[in-house]
Amino acid sequence: MLKVKGVKKSYKKGGLFSTERQEVLKDVSFECENGVCLGIIGESGSGKSTLGRLMLGIEKPDHGSILFNGKEVENREVRLGNISAVFQDYKSSINPFFTVEEAIMEPLIIKNKNKKENQSKIDQLLYRVGLNPSYRNKYPHELSGGEAQRVGIARAISAEPTCLLLDEAISSLDISVQTQVLNLLKELKNIYNMSFIFITHDIQAAAYICDRVIIFKDGKIEEIVEIEQLKNVQSDYAKQLLQSLITF
Amino acid sequence: MRIFKNLSKDKLATISVTVIVVTIIVGLFAPFFAPHDPNQVNMSLRYASSSWEYLLGNDHLGRCILSRIIYGIRPSVLWVLVALFISVLIGAVLGFLSGYFRGKVDAFIMRVCDIMLSFPGYVMTLAIVGILGVGLGNILIAFILVKWAWFARVIRTSVMQYSELEYVKFSKASGISDLKIIYKHLVPVTFSDIAVISSSSIGSMILQISGFSFLGLGIQAPNAEWGMMLNEAREVMFTRPELMLAPGLAIVIVVSAFNFLSDALQVALDPKLLNSKKRPQQKSPTTTVKIQKKEVAH
Ligand SMILES: Nc1ncnc2c1ncn2[C@@H]1O[C@H](COP(=O)(O)OP(=O)(O)OP(=O)(O)O)[C@@H](O)[C@H]1O
Ligand SMILES: [Mg+2]
Repeated sequence: MLKVKGVKKSYKKGGLFSTERQEVLKDVSFECENGVCLGIIGESGSGKSTLGRLMLGIEKPDHGSILFNGKEVENREVRLGNISAVFQDYKSSINPFFTVEEAIMEPLIIKNKNKKENQSKIDQLLYRVGLNPSYRNKYPHELSGGEAQRVGIARAISAEPTCLLLDEAISSLDISVQTQVLNLLKELKNIYNMSFIFITHDIQAAAYICDRVIIFKDGKIEEIVEIEQLKNVQSDYAKQLLQSLITF
Repeated sequence: MRIFKNLSKDKLATISVTVIVVTIIVGLFAPFFAPHDPNQVNMSLRYASSSWEYLLGNDHLGRCILSRIIYGIRPSVLWVLVALFISVLIGAVLGFLSGYFRGKVDAFIMRVCDIMLSFPGYVMTLAIVGILGVGLGNILIAFILVKWAWFARVIRTSVMQYSELEYVKFSKASGISDLKIIYKHLVPVTFSDIAVISSSSIGSMILQISGFSFLGLGIQAPNAEWGMMLNEAREVMFTRPELMLAPGLAIVIVVSAFNFLSDALQVALDPKLLNSKKRPQQKSPTTTVKIQKKEVAH
């Protein structure tokens, strides 16, 4: 269970001597229970990825706290084997010196030192994300963007984390693979009781997989809605956002 | 192991490695390889040209040039390598600390570096030698003190750039320890940067050591050192230019060997470059066809 309480974050703006700061997150609070898929929707530059980085403990919030099962997510031990992520930029998602196999092995080896078991698991994982086992020995520069992204997803789910953050993870995939991955995520949610934080622009994908959606704007939560209630959003911004989708 | 395999495919790299390894071994066991005592003066053989007994001839005091070159490897190459290694090590540790952890650690280390770098290198070295006294050891200490800040700076920039990447973020998010991330993800990618900056400074360090020897601050007179041999030969540059040849070539060969090796290492380490090296051969027929088409069109 992930609990975000009163989180604020600002970045330095401008040159070396400027003291001006840009507030990226302004007092954000929400919760995500185990086994829930939480969507975060918002326009570009609204601070979604920043919020994601804070939830992963990569950066520290200026104010407030982020707790995972009651403990500070900043502590490495709290995250170890429990939290995982897939990021937006697939180009640098895999170490250029690693083969696909080595990349997926990295989080796997934390939980299970047995190499043989891990090997067969990698085959299974690759199959699940729609890749042939022959991809094992490829280097990242030999993969297409979508393939690299799928390896990233396989790597993220390999250690069966309890919480998985996907930051625009499926945007670079084509529709058929997108649905395949979405179905895989749904399946995993049921098997392992995983919870997802699903950051996206794509409301349809969010609606397909999420139980609850946070509508995010300018570093603030505009509205939190259950997916069944998506039609009856209250705030103007959320209405506008949905409107633009329908007219599409 | 993969690195060695890749390197052995590259001819230039193989030659460079051979040159470096031979130089180091010969330098380490100089008394064993040198045919004569490098400091033995024999005025009857003054400026003698090469003979079977003295393969590279004799210098202005009739000393065996080959033996002097061989003994000169120790200060000119071996000790320079030691000094370089230590300063790169210090630079790398501090560079990784400040590039990876950022924040206050970074600010502190970088301010210290700024202070070190604000003095001109030669002046710093002279000052340190002035305080510690004349001698090769002190010059090497001065080198380490002057150079580490520069290495720390360059390595920090490289580390910073790579620790922004998503695979490092993924490892951080999965709770893998910082030490492991640095060792597995950052050292391999920054290694080629480190190899390039170190190999490029080997040349300048060898030349600087020679410069200080010339000023009488480094190696003391009778002992052999390549830069000093060059200086001795300089006096008779127009009458006997061949005397410059041996030490000059020795410096050029060793410095180029290190530079070629660093280039080759970059290729051998990078899976991307390695494959792209094979591909153009397969693709080349199509490109020539394209060129021909263009020519026809004109
Ligand atoms: N490390 C940083 N330093 C300074 N400013 C930053 C940093 N990271 C993000 N920002 C700023 O924070 C704002 C939000 O960025 P963020 O990446 O969180 O947006 P986003 O909602 O993920 O957008 P997108 O949908 O395009 O990915 C941007 O205006 C950006 O300029
Ligand atoms: Mg983003």
